[in-house]
Amino acid sequence: MTVDELQQLVAKEQEAKQRYKSCINVCVATGCIMCDSERVKEAIEEAVKERGLEKEVIVKGVGCLGLCSAGPMIYVEPEGIIYHKVSPEDAPAIVQGLISTPVERLVCPSEMPFFKRQVKIVMENSGTIDPERIEDYIAVGGYQALMKVLTEMSPSEVIEEVTKSGLRGRGGAGYPTGLKWSTVAKANGDRKFVVCNADEGDPGAYMDRTILESDPHRVIEGMVIAAYAVGAQQGYIYVRAEYPLAIKRLRTAIRQAERLNLLGNNIFGTTFSFHIELRIGAGAFVCGEETALIASIEGKRGTPRPRPPYPAEYGLWGYPTLINNVETFANIPSIIRNGGDWFAKIGTEKSKGTKVFALAGRVVNTGLIEVPMGITLREIVFEIGGGIPEGRKFKAVQTGGPSGGCIPEQFLDLPVDYESLTKVGSIMGSGGMIVMDETSCMVDVAKFFVEFCMSESCGKCIPCRVGTYHMHELLSRITSGIATMRDLELLEELCDLVKNTSLCGLGQTAPNPVLSTLRYFRNEYEAHILDKSCPSGVCPIRRLEEVPV
Amino acid sequence: MRAPVRIKTLTIDGKEVSAKEGETIWQVARENGIDIPTLCYLEGLSPVGACRLCLVEVKGANRLLPACVTQVEEGMEVTTNSERLVNYRRMILELLFSERNHTCSVCVVNGHCELQRLAQRLGVTHVRFPYRYPDLPVDASHERFAIDHNRCILCTRCVRVCDEIEGAHVWDVMGRGIKSQIIADLNQPWGTSDVCTSCGKCVHVCPTGAIFEKGKAVAEMEKRRQFLPYLTIMRGGKQ
Amino acid sequence: MSQRKMRLATVWLDGCSGCHMSFLDMDERLIELAEKVELVYSPFVDAKDFPQDVDITLVEGSVSTEEDLHKIRLIRDRTKILVAFGDCAVTGNVPAMRNRFRLKDIMERVYSQNSTHKNDPPVDGIPALLPKVRPIHEIVKVDVFLPGCPPKAEAIYFVLKELIEGRIPDTSQLSRFGA
Ligand SMILES: Cc1cc2nc3c(=O)[nH]c(=O)nc-3n(C[C@H](O)[C@H](O)[C@H](O)COP(=O)(O)O)c2cc1C
Ligand code: SF4
Ligand code: SF4
Ligand code: SF4
Ligand code: SF4
Ligand code: SF4
Ligand code: FES
Ligand code: FES
Repeated sequence: MTVDELQQLVAKEQEAKQRYKSCINVCVATGCIMCDSERVKEAIEEAVKERGLEKEVIVKGVGCLGLCSAGPMIYVEPEGIIYHKVSPEDAPAIVQGLISTPVERLVCPSEMPFFKRQVKIVMENSGTIDPERIEDYIAVGGYQALMKVLTEMSPSEVIEEVTKSGLRGRGGAGYPTGLKWSTVAKANGDRKFVVCNADEGDPGAYMDRTILESDPHRVIEGMVIAAYAVGAQQGYIYVRAEYPLAIKRLRTAIRQAERLNLLGNNIFGTTFSFHIELRIGAGAFVCGEETALIASIEGKRGTPRPRPPYPAEYGLWGYPTLINNVETFANIPSIIRNGGDWFAKIGTEKSKGTKVFALAGRVVNTGLIEVPMGITLREIVFEIGGGIPEGRKFKAVQTGGPSGGCIPEQFLDLPVDYESLTKVGSIMGSGGMIVMDETSCMVDVAKFFVEFCMSESCGKCIPCRVGTYHMHELLSRITSGIATMRDLELLEELCDLVKNTSLCGLGQTAPNPVLSTLRYFRNEYEAHILDKSCPSGVCPIRRLEEVPV
Repeated sequence: MRAPVRIKTLTIDGKEVSAKEGETIWQVARENGIDIPTLCYLEGLSPVGACRLCLVEVKGANRLLPACVTQVEEGMEVTTNSERLVNYRRMILELLFSERNHTCSVCVVNGHCELQRLAQRLGVTHVRFPYRYPDLPVDASHERFAIDHNRCILCTRCVRVCDEIEGAHVWDVMGRGIKSQIIADLNQPWGTSDVCTSCGKCVHVCPTGAIFEKGKAVAEMEKRRQFLPYLTIMRGGKQ
Repeated sequence: MSQRKMRLATVWLDGCSGCHMSFLDMDERLIELAEKVELVYSPFVDAKDFPQDVDITLVEGSVSTEEDLHKIRLIRDRTKILVAFGDCAVTGNVPAMRNRFRLKDIMERVYSQNSTHKNDPPVDGIPALLPKVRPIHEIVKVDVFLPGCPPKAEAIYFVLKELIEGRIPDTSQLSRFGA
């Protein structure tokens, strides 16, 4: 494809769209598919046909609209009506609604803060384009950034733009993306690789999956731009096998991009060539750790190795390798199109842009949200999330999944950025956000995450392999009411060991949920131990006499 | 012309030492009479940095670093034996004892075991963590050797020696976390492995009583691993 | 100056008595010790009940039965310095080798499968076995750990001498697991 051809395609697509009066976008991302959105889509197509409106109304499967808990979700253009909890039987009414008034009982007020307060960059096309049609992506400006990069910019200019944007890695650690790119660009190697980390193993997190299901080309475009910037010829997307729909859409997207020569040899007729292959992971959390991920792609057992050397110098098969998260890559096309300065205006001084969170737990609106960095936790929980249901009292919000911590009420006005969250004992992480109310027992929450780390530990190093086991044992003693204060001391000592001596991030952060709950909710631990009671009534406390020695 | 050997100077436990570029902290420490405890590391095998016993403090580094894999740098200030490090090492050994079934008094390597020796050296007189008592097998299907998983500490020395030195790659690790286990071939009895040459290398690099020669009674199994540095020198590999 | 003699007890829970044999191996040093301590309770002496106000108790063996459990709690109550004496007390050692099996399976194996009489496991007259054998510090607080199977006479002597002189001995260089 040449530059002109791309522009022609855009024009043609836009013209085609003009011909329709309305567009009914039905979410066909996993969340809504689970509640039968595919049948809803069929029913609507049927209803459109019955009324002979095929020439005026287009029915489209689109990506996630965010409010996944209220699916199946539908978005009607150009009116901008959002329907929720639609069933196939509602199809005729919805089609009728195009002509008369919208179906009141299904309408989700689009001015509600859930939609209003969000700022969309990586999710900008999610819910409006068909993720299985490259033309849809191109029509909304897709692959323009790549074209610009390949025809107008040098690799170092690309890196400069990314550096200027202030983008930091969305995989958890928040490492400056521009810096990583320039390290790989400078590294010596006859071959270089670009890897997209789509392993996403945090319990409850589905940001990356949704991005891949809703707008896969954006990630591919980001990867090709990265490859050009660092001088790589080959790329891999490492996706877990539990994400069949993401895998299917990625396969389709790669094929389509190759067909249009946006991927492959001599992209846009330049000398630049880049290929992408998928690698399917078997769903081990630790394979998201970059060195374990590399081992896994190489066909070895997925266990981390000590760093340095970092993958940027010594990665896949020993060659310099750039590894970024899905969401990191998904930001790139927008940064190139609008400029690094534009991106840097969003967010806080040190955390730029937006972040996608999977909002879950005890809030009214659960789903996927994209918010500007620096927004407060209070705004997320009480405005976007709609507060705590059933008039219950907020207790804490957990960020960062098994590597993160619980943030109590006194920090609700904390801006969401990398540094602030770290300061209060949690982390930004990859985007899991679980809200807890008074019915959650914080010891039980800590135990849940420790159990996760214990079963996901790869077993290579002793502190994590055996330490997490004993942490879990000690926590179980506490939640069963048979622990002593000596057990609590031992638990704290063990947390210190596991945190400071484990080989990789999994072990190093596994104690965080315990440490942060001990920091803010020590009284709950003590209640289990001293009063033999669970203040939230969650833990099945046993009497000591019943416990076998 | 040969490239010049670069020399780095650093301090280890307050002592000024010099080292060749590319040497690890562990190697330089040992050359200077400082013995940093190790379990997974064995000279001649690739280092994996897994047991974490050799962790040292390096001034300015935000984390503890494994001496067996960390290369020296100019001006480094290394501490190998602070109270904090000794405490961590003790606790790591306690974790190992609690993990599987170590009944030293009836073990074939009693008195010749690296784990046991380290426990004594570091002052581990008891284990504060409850023992797990897992039910683990003993595989005695090999005609000359046996592997007792009750004594295995998962250091993977056997895996590496068989792969890197003998070239047979009989051993590997199966499962993950606390359920990890050393397996022969595709988890079959060792005696049925077609690739095992019965060279005995794994027996002698194993730091504990996990792999041993048959016919040895309690405390009779001594490990001899002089062959390893010799083999690596003969192959021209770096030691 | 005649000091009050220290009140010493030695106890035998689930062990093979090897540790007590090693105690006797102190030979002539026993005479020296006898000047400083009074042996108030031991398999070596006749006392029936564990007395009050014991200064030092050496406990051989692991906690394996209901009776051991009762005893070790009583001993802890009545002792100033409790020494876990030998590997069985410190680690569970040989007695704990049964812990990887279920108690029920062990009883069946011993009393019916492997027995010509095919008896039911006894229920009366002997203390019931605990589901798991435990080292004593998992049940009560232990002040001094003396590993070894058995610990050497020299190590026992050193520990007692230090304790008599009011010091808590560092046992790690004297003995080790399995020694
Ligand atoms: C246990 C563990 C699991 C991880 N899982 C993921 C993951 O699922 N996805 C991801 O992008 N990064 C994950 N990471 C972080 C990666 O190691 C790496 O830092 C990241 O992919 C770099 O991309 P970024 O700079 O764009 O954030 C994980 C790290 C650890 C320690
Ligand atoms: S910290 Fe845990 S996951 Fe990481 S290498 Fe060690 S055992 Fe494996
Ligand atoms: S392997 Fe070593 S530590 Fe384990 S039982 Fe044998 S002698 Fe003891
Ligand atoms: S005896 Fe030799 S070949 Fe066989 S498993 Fe051991 S190291 Fe490998
Ligand atoms: S068998 Fe021996 S050498 Fe192999 S992992 Fe276990 S302890 Fe290490
Ligand atoms: S430690 Fe050894 S000698 Fe002492 S009682 Fe136990 S088995 Fe016997
Ligand atoms: S999956 Fe349909 S709205 Fe998120
Ligand atoms: S010896 Fe360095 S980590 Fe094991």
